[in-house]
Amino acid sequence: MILFDFSNYDQLIPLVANSLIAGALLAIIGGLIGTFVMTRDMSFAVHGISELSFAGAAVALLLGANVVFGSIIGSLLAAAVIGALGAKAKERNSIVAVLMPAGLGLGILALALYEGRAANKFGLLTGQIVAVDDPQLFWLASICIFILAVLIVVWRPLNFASLDADVAAARGVPTRALSVVFMILLGLAVAASVQVVGALLVLSLLVTPAAAAVRVSRSPILTPLLSVAFAMVSVIGGILLALGAGLPISPYVTTISFLIYVICRVVERVRK
Amino acid sequence: MTAPVLAIKNAKLAYGENVLWANLNLEVMPHEFIAIIGANGSGKTSLLRAILGQEKLNDGSIELNQKPIHHGSRSIGYIPQHRTVDAATPVRAKDLLRMGLDGHRFGPSFGSKKAAARVKYILGCIDGFKIADKKVGDLSGGELQRLRVGQAVIGEPDLILADEPLSALDLAQQKTIADLLDQERQEHNAAVLFVTHDVNPILSMVDRVLYLANGKFKIGTPDEVLRSDVLSELYGTPVDVLRNQGRIVVVGTQEHDHHDHEEWS
Repeated sequence: MILFDFSNYDQLIPLVANSLIAGALLAIIGGLIGTFVMTRDMSFAVHGISELSFAGAAVALLLGANVVFGSIIGSLLAAAVIGALGAKAKERNSIVAVLMPAGLGLGILALALYEGRAANKFGLLTGQIVAVDDPQLFWLASICIFILAVLIVVWRPLNFASLDADVAAARGVPTRALSVVFMILLGLAVAASVQVVGALLVLSLLVTPAAAAVRVSRSPILTPLLSVAFAMVSVIGGILLALGAGLPISPYVTTISFLIYVICRVVERVRK
Repeated sequence: MTAPVLAIKNAKLAYGENVLWANLNLEVMPHEFIAIIGANGSGKTSLLRAILGQEKLNDGSIELNQKPIHHGSRSIGYIPQHRTVDAATPVRAKDLLRMGLDGHRFGPSFGSKKAAARVKYILGCIDGFKIADKKVGDLSGGELQRLRVGQAVIGEPDLILADEPLSALDLAQQKTIADLLDQERQEHNAAVLFVTHDVNPILSMVDRVLYLANGKFKIGTPDEVLRSDVLSELYGTPVDVLRNQGRIVVVGTQEHDHHDHEEWS
């Protein structure tokens, strides 16, 4: 079995140009959203949202509808339910644990009924290299730009509210509205990530890079930048390595992202 | 005559049959330090929440600087109870102060020299230079509450709301934080509403006491309110207020917790 083979690499690169662009965009928003996922303690919720997003995408595939659109619907529904019912971390965890298998089951049912190409099916769960076509890239880019624009506007109050909801609310920060906004952004970011890394591995983009960054940085400005850099290295590196093997990209992305996390923990330990 | 910072008029808050307080009238003047005392469930924190617009009054009104309250305000500084912050949170002590200054603002922040200077000034006030670059998750309880005082005054508020900011601190730290708050509110001309179950650490700085119990309340100077006859009437049962070495102890309040006989008030 060949894990790397770069003999005709120059011919392969253009085939994945779309994936590379999509990956870079996802790394930016995944890295940024991830830092808020950390401060708001929502890692597990991300996983729950991604399963529902997968269900939405699978149902869309079955019905012949737009897959990106399907995954957005799934993710936003999950984000809405988690946001509305799970204000406290404890409640949230049980709601996520209930939603997750439900979403996964629904998705698997839709895939079982789908009679098209098998690669389409598997791709939703684990991601694949050449999955991103032009219309899909357009969707992804639009979502990413939207998320980025909103993030820039709400960054400071969202940061304040994420750290200290009481104090922020006392100062007039609309903490509830910001939670809703954040859940929408998170839902969109998950839906976009599902397209490239697949539903099972969204955490490697939305959580691992940020989790690694907070290990080595305490600055509220440097941390999100590092997180983006880590996500970028994982995705782009993963796509380029996967290309040499013709295997799904996710094992490469997740392995790089995991290694970065391990290295950051070691660096943290050494510093102390 | 100066206008009150906060005016609570005929306020009533009830959950169903359970009336926390009714006909509550309180005008807080600039510079005034008011302690809100009462047992658990007497509606102390609910009063703060009502002032912040998070709890809807059943009756009456609350005005901040002669305007009806909204959901929070730039004119308010807030000091919460001590809670540990997750050690991984990428926020340093100086960033927490900065949030008190412009954390509420939307849109990108461009490095402001004025804001940075203000943060530095407050760090000086709270003796915080040593902890400025520490992660808030790594601060001790005392250090974090010291920072909270700074965060509350940095935006030049007219009113500081403090919700049991001394709980979970040892006695020496309680005194330090209370003195710091007193000094800072005088320097920044802010009135203070201080919710506490123990009036002793702040007794020397309190102008008036709002004592809540059994759906009733009493307002006045500590000497007017913290007396056996007054509190006995409020509780509807014999209560002894003991003074010992400058400390005040309320005995026999028949609260439904096992701290009955040692409730410091």
